[in-house]
Amino acid sequence: MKFTLHIWRQANAQSKGDLERHEIDGISEDMSFLEMLDLLNENLIADGKDAITFDSDCREGICGACSLAINGRPHGPGKGCTTCQVRMRSFKDGDEIWVEPFRNAAFPIVKDLMVDRSSLDRIIQSGGFINVHSGPKPEPNSIPVSHLVAEEAMDASACIGCGACVAACPNGAGMLFSSAKISHLGLLPQGQPERHSRVLNMVHQMEDEGMGACTNHAECQDACPKEISIAFISRMNRDYVKASLIEPDKRRGTLSNQ
Amino acid sequence: MNLDARIPDGPLEDKWSNYLEHAKLVGPNNRRKYDIIVVGTGLAGAAAASSLAAQGYKVKTFCFQDSPRRAHSIAAQGGINAAKNYREDGDSTYRLFYDTQKGGDFRAREANVYRLAQLSTNIIDQAVSQGVPFAREYGGMLANRSFGGVLVSRTFYCRGQTGQQLLLGAYQALEKEINTGNLEMHPRTELLDVVVIDGRARGIIIRDLVTGEIRSHSADAVVLATGGYVSTYFHSTNAVNSNCTAIWRAHRRGAGFANPCMVQIHPTCIPSTADFQCKLTLMSESLRNDGRVWVPRKKGDDRHPRDIPEEDRYYYLEERYPSYGNLVPRDVASRNAKYVCDDGYSVLGDKARAVYLDFAEAINREGRKTISERYGNLFDMYEDITAESPFDGPMRIYPALHYAMGGLWVDYSLMTNIPGLYAIGEANFSDHGANRLGASSLMQCLADGYFVLPQTIGDYLHDIYMDKVDPDHPEFKNHEDQVRGDIARMMSIKGTRTPLSIHRELGELMWDNCGMARTAEGLKKALAGIEELQEAYRTDLLIPGRADGPNQVLEKAGRVADYLELGHLMCRDALERDESCGCHFREEHQTEDGEVLRNDKKFQNVSVWEWKGEDQPEKLHKEELVLEALPPMTRSYK
Repeated sequence: MKFTLHIWRQANAQSKGDLERHEIDGISEDMSFLEMLDLLNENLIADGKDAITFDSDCREGICGACSLAINGRPHGPGKGCTTCQVRMRSFKDGDEIWVEPFRNAAFPIVKDLMVDRSSLDRIIQSGGFINVHSGPKPEPNSIPVSHLVAEEAMDASACIGCGACVAACPNGAGMLFSSAKISHLGLLPQGQPERHSRVLNMVHQMEDEGMGACTNHAECQDACPKEISIAFISRMNRDYVKASLIEPDKRRGTLSNQ
Repeated sequence: MNLDARIPDGPLEDKWSNYLEHAKLVGPNNRRKYDIIVVGTGLAGAAAASSLAAQGYKVKTFCFQDSPRRAHSIAAQGGINAAKNYREDGDSTYRLFYDTQKGGDFRAREANVYRLAQLSTNIIDQAVSQGVPFAREYGGMLANRSFGGVLVSRTFYCRGQTGQQLLLGAYQALEKEINTGNLEMHPRTELLDVVVIDGRARGIIIRDLVTGEIRSHSADAVVLATGGYVSTYFHSTNAVNSNCTAIWRAHRRGAGFANPCMVQIHPTCIPSTADFQCKLTLMSESLRNDGRVWVPRKKGDDRHPRDIPEEDRYYYLEERYPSYGNLVPRDVASRNAKYVCDDGYSVLGDKARAVYLDFAEAINREGRKTISERYGNLFDMYEDITAESPFDGPMRIYPALHYAMGGLWVDYSLMTNIPGLYAIGEANFSDHGANRLGASSLMQCLADGYFVLPQTIGDYLHDIYMDKVDPDHPEFKNHEDQVRGDIARMMSIKGTRTPLSIHRELGELMWDNCGMARTAEGLKKALAGIEELQEAYRTDLLIPGRADGPNQVLEKAGRVADYLELGHLMCRDALERDESCGCHFREEHQTEDGEVLRNDKKFQNVSVWEWKGEDQPEKLHKEELVLEALPPMTRSYK
């Protein structure tokens, strides 16, 4: 197969970027999209040119490293898969393909197609955990967890932190990402003690990162390689309202200072 | 080279508690005065870093990915073992120890393996407290599944994403410590050297993968949790950036490398078919419960597999191993797939090597719905990659490199022979001998990270109280200059070979000669081939771009230099170990039935290699293994 590629090139965060045109031939339909880029890079190097920089690691859809908007769509054509799982048989011989980085103010470009997604780590830092240190713990079967609750928590926890939801959202919202973690931990009995502080801290951090808010476009759910449901965003919103009304700090003390 | 394993006294089951009772400690008020570096943020690294930071130590953590959550532990599918005996099916600490030692073909250290079995149950408790959503039964209790090679049901799981969920638990603990200020995270950095001053590990040299800067970080102890090294073979189930650079550079500074030839080949992977395939995707071992492995009896039979009648099919595992059939252990299944393809029976003809894994009988027996529920996600994954549905015809599978049992030599406390340098998780050699059982690597990484290292490191730190060096020490400057010199030299060659092309060629040499079956002749050929490749690397390497910013080709070039040296050592180790054991199968040493033939008299030991300098051959040392609780026996699967 043969393709014409328009690929975003940008030297660093400060410089101006542009699309660069490349022709590539001899592509088999079983190749993955990133293997096609690997091959293009080998050709570029042989021609004495600089290779295209992009993130990827596991190449089986679980690490969340690969990004790329292919023809304007985060993770390209296909449902429920990451860029590294896209095969060239998804395209027609002779197609023109546009390849750009994930675009969002919270994801500054490092080089070419590589972006800085540390904003997602900072959201987790603000509260996406259960505060336990290492050491002996209670017998896990002493706290039964219903099968359905465990399954729903697992649906939320399947998030790979790739940031496609943020890149796909017209508002640049990080709400599918944050709500997935808030719901995963908020559903389980172990996550209850910090449930309110967690949702408040994570939502505020999301705002500090310059991400927008949800207005129900559902583009995030459509782009999510793990098909995480926007129902978790509703759940997060409910938790946020509840937590705002009952801030634990103000609840403490005597009747007279309520 | 000092290879005293420092195994505590007493009966096997009391060794760990004896160790804890006598280990020296650092008090909570003093811990903040110690700096500890942890390299790698997979299960072992993230667990260790978060545990140490929570204890009050000042921890600096490094990973080459853009976020610690992306470490390759995340790709582990099946589950994690623990001797909880929830099913009352006869499981116990001893049974888990027994299975692990036997599975490893008696080439691991008893005291370490027993401790691993003891700690296995704590890991489940810890992970559940962190919010890891293990599968639950309808009554709310934890669910279990069975795995190959054992007779009990002791595997805990989160669908097919157990590694991901356990890693997220450790990653979240790590992010929490960043929030509390005890832990400093350095993503997108790569370790390029380990600094040893006066015989002790004192810090590391890293390259910032964004700015290209070379920087020094000093510490009181350095922990390497950087995973295994099977990417040496180019095609493996590892991530494309998984590499051996950290452990190899530590080895070049004096750390002993143990059992480098011991690597595991997983029998059920999607074979290499695309022209430019970069990695191989694993299909879970559980498929062999219902899938039947076969090839056509006639070479080059190009009929559709569904049209080949029973009498023309060769179910080679069932015929050769009537009692275990398709459920023989990984090493046996892999070797037999190679044999039939060597004999020209590959079902992909000249294009590639593969055998059939057929579900037709199971689908007929149990119905499409049941099989779909059991293996649906794996069938989808297979169809995504190959565009063929396993419901319409058999899968095509072939073995692939998966895991390294070998690694840096460590003593009972997980310290290498360099004081102050530790290796945990897949980066060390300690627990799996010559073959690892399924669902055991997650267990080992988390035992090392949550429970062993945090309780052994104080014993070392106590003795070096306030004896500090900082990054201005001249040795750090020397190391930095060497690293900069190496990079400048690589960039200046400007030849014609890309690092990727050299890596692929190395991979082919290793796979053909140091893979599933090895011979002295093949290994010697590989050694000569690798030396030629090293010469090509030195004189004809091509790296585009600059070193003062992101340059992924430069990163790759550094890693390939280390693969070449490590690959050479792996072949030498395989040559020196003139026996067969576990995954190390020397064709010269097999039983009449073509099975592994150990030589316990000569090789009941760990090979530990010492780096002697660029132009000197490595020196071989031995740690003799004392096997008292479970004397070696023969494994048979007929």
